[in-house]
Order: sequence, then structure tokens, then C-alpha cells
Amino acid sequence: MNSPDTGFPITLTVNGVPRSLVLEDARVTLLDALRERLDLTGSKKGCDRGQCGACTILLDGVRINACLALAVSHDGASITTIEGLADGDVLHPVQAAFVDHDAYQCGFCTPGQIMSAVGLIREGQAGDDPERVREGMSGNLCRCGAYAGITEAVLAAHAAMNAPDVLPGGHLSEDAA
Amino acid sequence: MNRFDYIRAGSVAEAVAAHAAGAAYLASGTNLLDLMKGDVTRPERLVDISRIFGLDAIETLPDGGTRIGALVRNATLAHDPAFAKAYPAVAEALLSGASAQLRNAATTAGNILQRTRCQYFYDTASACNKRQPGAGCDAIGGVTRTHAVLGWSEHCIATHPSDFCVPLAGFDAVVEIEGPAGRREIPLESFHRLPGDAPERETELAPGDLVVAVRLPPEAKAFAAHSRYLKVRERTSYAFALVSAAVGLTFAGDRIGQARIALGGVALKPWRARAAEALLAGAIPSPELFARAADAALQGASPSGDNAAKIDLARRIVVRALTLAQAGTPARIPALPASPFGA
Ligand SMILES: Cc1cc2nc3c(=O)[nH]c(=O)nc-3n(C[C@H](O)[C@H](O)[C@H](O)COP(=O)(O)OP(=O)(O)OC[C@H]3O[C@@H](n4cnc5c(N)ncnc54)[C@H](O)[C@@H]3O)c2cc1C
Ligand code: SF4
Ligand code: FES
Ligand code: FES
Repeated sequence: MNSPDTGFPITLTVNGVPRSLVLEDARVTLLDALRERLDLTGSKKGCDRGQCGACTILLDGVRINACLALAVSHDGASITTIEGLADGDVLHPVQAAFVDHDAYQCGFCTPGQIMSAVGLIREGQAGDDPERVREGMSGNLCRCGAYAGITEAVLAAHAAMNAPDVLPGGHLSEDAA
Repeated sequence: MNRFDYIRAGSVAEAVAAHAAGAAYLASGTNLLDLMKGDVTRPERLVDISRIFGLDAIETLPDGGTRIGALVRNATLAHDPAFAKAYPAVAEALLSGASAQLRNAATTAGNILQRTRCQYFYDTASACNKRQPGAGCDAIGGVTRTHAVLGWSEHCIATHPSDFCVPLAGFDAVVEIEGPAGRREIPLESFHRLPGDAPERETELAPGDLVVAVRLPPEAKAFAAHSRYLKVRERTSYAFALVSAAVGLTFAGDRIGQARIALGGVALKPWRARAAEALLAGAIPSPELFARAADAALQGASPSGDNAAKIDLARRIVVRALTLAQAGTPARIPALPASPFGA
């Protein structure tokens, strides 16, 4: 498995689907594997150096920067990308909250912001404290400066996901939003 | 990034055996891959240690100390309730470093072995004695606000960037190593080397040595009620320290029992301030005492360039961290960990 002649066969479960691929070179990052080999271009390449968060994915349920991880090192891992969040046409509560709160302008950072927010809410450290949300989201830069909307969206999604009466698909009712 | 051989090690023995000249251990890669992408480092072989079984445990030892496996993630450690309660300044330092995504990936050993953030080290067009011994140092006379004010030499003025290492040095952590020559231990305080005339030698590790764990002694828990980490950076979050301090105090009545102080961002290693600790032991706390302790901590400091301001900044951070520690460890780590703008 570590010979440059045969390449590196790996299997990743991406958004619930097992995907097998052969890397011709050990240098391929998880981000490049997703974007260039598996045609999942939702995860963005901003800096490629761990500084912007545009490439944020969930790796075995935990948010990380896909640009600073070698694909070969994560053979067998389970990955969720922005493409795997919605249930058909029904948006994930975090996606819905980003729409409701105008939490983007150009949208380039948005997949990373949303994956990071999903990770943050799962981590359960921020709760409903806006300062903790801002700190917890500080690994995601937004060149358009949509931070105010992003914070509101994360707080709203947190409330919706923890509320007992979430509408199907996690949409907020009009008055709750 | 250069091409390299990739070997996944299944055990510590396999990893050590697979290491050869020009090889590097790969933990999560958040520092190593970044440096490889910039051609700052070009290992011929990566020995992937991330799957080695048994290196990801946080254990309480029979003596009451704590053993942190080399592969324990920074986030896992900081959010472990028992660990954060026993070593709050370590948890606060971890949470003030990098971003949530990076902390979820970063490992214990990778963090202590991360390389300097000197921008001339990163820029392969600049001369750097660390990258290329004997080449010279373009940081000298350059932009030096992140550079050292203690322990630097005319060969290298860089700083060590880890937040985690600062309280580890302050609270007498020990690094456990397995290598070609067997097992051994090095106190974290003497694990990183000052540059002297060999800045390319960054730690006391010998080639092929693998860090397997970091241990905190039970005595460090005595400071849990009065421990803080404070970090000044160029933005509120997600930035390396310009200057930081980890402090711990114990009290006996209205007097300080013992004190622990270490500084970050000021030298090529976490800087333990033992003279300041001695001055505080047994004394009655006061703003004047804390100011004298801060002077003692910065004794011998001198600018390595246009960075004299860091010396006064470091003094103030020591005073502020001592004042906060005296007031008591907060029940929960503040929303902005280690921030002078937080609670
Ligand atoms: C944008 C950005 C911001 C950051 N901000 C901060 C910050 O504010 N504070 C901070 O402290 N850090 C910060 N970091 C650095 C981060 O903490 C490190 O990248 C991380 O801790 C490295 O861990 P790793 O497991 O990914 O190590 P790797 O990158 O895998 O390894 C790092 C080094 O350690 C060696 N190594 C790894 N494990 C072992 C072992 N067991 N034995 C021997 N050698 C080993 C590797 O060969 C390599 O040289 C930041 C990083 C980035 C990219
Ligand atoms: S300060 Fe050290 S790391 Fe920076 S350029 Fe000089 S020798 Fe290299
Ligand atoms: S592309 Fe990965 S952090 Fe910027
Ligand atoms: S919406 Fe444009 S970068 Fe964030």
C-alpha cells in the first residue's frame, strides 16, 4: 500500500456513501481528494494552509481543515461535507438559519462556515452565548464581513436544534425567526 | 511539496524502526504539511504515527499525576472535565491556541514539536540558520515584533509559538520518549533548546526519537484554584501570542505559598521564571510585589530588533496574570480564553 508503483488505494465514507479511490501519490490532501477526485467541490480552497476555514469538513464527526490532512492518512474515515447536510430538498437547520439570517454575501466561505457551525453545535461548548459562538467560529474567515449574520444564524440554529418543537427539516417558524 | 515515501506505523517499535535519515513523523500534519507545502521542510519519508494504538489516552497515574498520550488531541484534552479542573491554566492555554478545527486535529506531541513561526523561516527566499545552518539570519534587522527578547543569539532570534508548552513548563511537565536508544524522559523546561550557535537543533530529541507521552506531576494540581493563562495577540482570537504568561499560586493564610510562572512568545523555548517564583514564595501579595516579580521574570531581557516594547508588555502580562490568579480560577474558562479583553 505504500509503493509509488501501485499507488495508494483508500476508502472513505463520504456523506454516507463508501467511495474507493487510488491515490497515485501520497501528497494528496483530503481537500484535493474531495474536490478533484470525488467531484465534491462544495468544500472550498481558500488559503490551503489552515488559516481560513473554507475547507472545513467533519472527519469522523469532528470539524477539521481538510487542506492540512493527508488523504492516505485517513483511509477508512467517515467524512461529511456541505453536500451531505441537506435531506433532499430539505435544508439542514444550520443551512436554513444561514438563509434566514442573510449570513453570507459572495458565499465563498459559506460551506466552511456552515460545516464549522455544525461542528460547533455538536461540540456543545458555545450554547447560546454570542461571545462563545464568535470565538468558536473564529477559525472561519469571511472576506465579505458577514460575521454579524453568521453569529445570528449559528445562535438561531442552536436554538432550533435544541428546541423541542422544531419544524420538519429544522426550519424555524416565521415568528421564531 | 516534495515527493516522499509514506509508511504507516502500527506500533511505537515499528515507527522507530521505520524512521531513517531525512524522515519525519506525521501526527495530524497541521504544522508539518503546512511547512512542506511551503518547501520549508522536505522530508524524504513520512512515518505516519496517527494510528498507533494506545497513544491517545489521558490517564491518572498512581501518584496522582496525569499522563497525556502523544496522540491526544488538543481539543480532547482541553475539554476533558477532570483534566480542566485539575490543570485549568493548561486547558485555557490550549483553548487560546489556533482554531477549533486545528485543535480538533492537533496532537499533544505535534503541538510541543511545532516549529517557529518566524516569517523568515517560512520564506525560503530569506536566509535562515534554522533552515540552512550557516546561511545567516534575515530576521535580524527585519520585522521583529514576533521575535525574542530573552535567550536569543546572533544566530537566531526566533520564538517558540506553542501556547500549550507555556503552562507545561511552568508546572514541571515531563516528556516521555522512546527511540533507537530506548526509553527516556526529559523535563519540558529543558526539552527545547535556546539557539546559541546551533539554531537548527531545536530540541533534545535524537534522530528517530518518538515522543510517546507528556506527564504532569500531582504537585501541579495544588495550583488549580489560582491558575491562569493570559495571551496578548494581534487580534482577539486565532493568532499566535506576542507575549503570554502562565501562572499558578497557592496560598497559606494571607501569604503566597508557592508560585509558578512561565512566559510564552519571548524566547525560543517556554521561559520559566524561577527568580520571580522565589521572590513570591511566602510573601504577602500586593501590586508592588507583583511588579517586582515581573521585573525579576524579565531580568536579562533585551530587544533582538525593533521589539523593545515586548519587554514592558511581558512585565505587564505577568502582573496582570498574577492579579487574575490571585482572584481565583474562574469556574468556567472565559468565552475568550486567555484574553486580556475577556472576563
Ligand atoms: C493557522 C494556524 C494557527 C495556529 N495557531 C496556534 C496558536 O495560536 N497557538 C499554538 O500553540 N499553536 C498554533 N498553531 C499550531 C498548531 O498548534 C500545531 O500545528 C499543532 O499543534 C501540531 O500538531 P500536529 O499533530 O498536527 O503535528 P504535526 O504537524 O503532525 O507534527 C508537528 C511536528 O512534530 C513532529 N512530531 C509529531 N508527533 C511526534 C511524536 N510523537 N514524536 C516525535 N515527533 C513528532 C512532526 O514530525 C513535526 O515536525 C496554529 C496552526 C495553524 C495552521
Ligand atoms: S530568527 Fe531564526 S528562524 Fe528566523 S530567520 Fe533567523 S535563524 Fe531563521
Ligand atoms: S483552505 Fe483550508 S483553512 Fe484555508
Ligand atoms: S460571504 Fe464572501 S467570504 Fe464570506
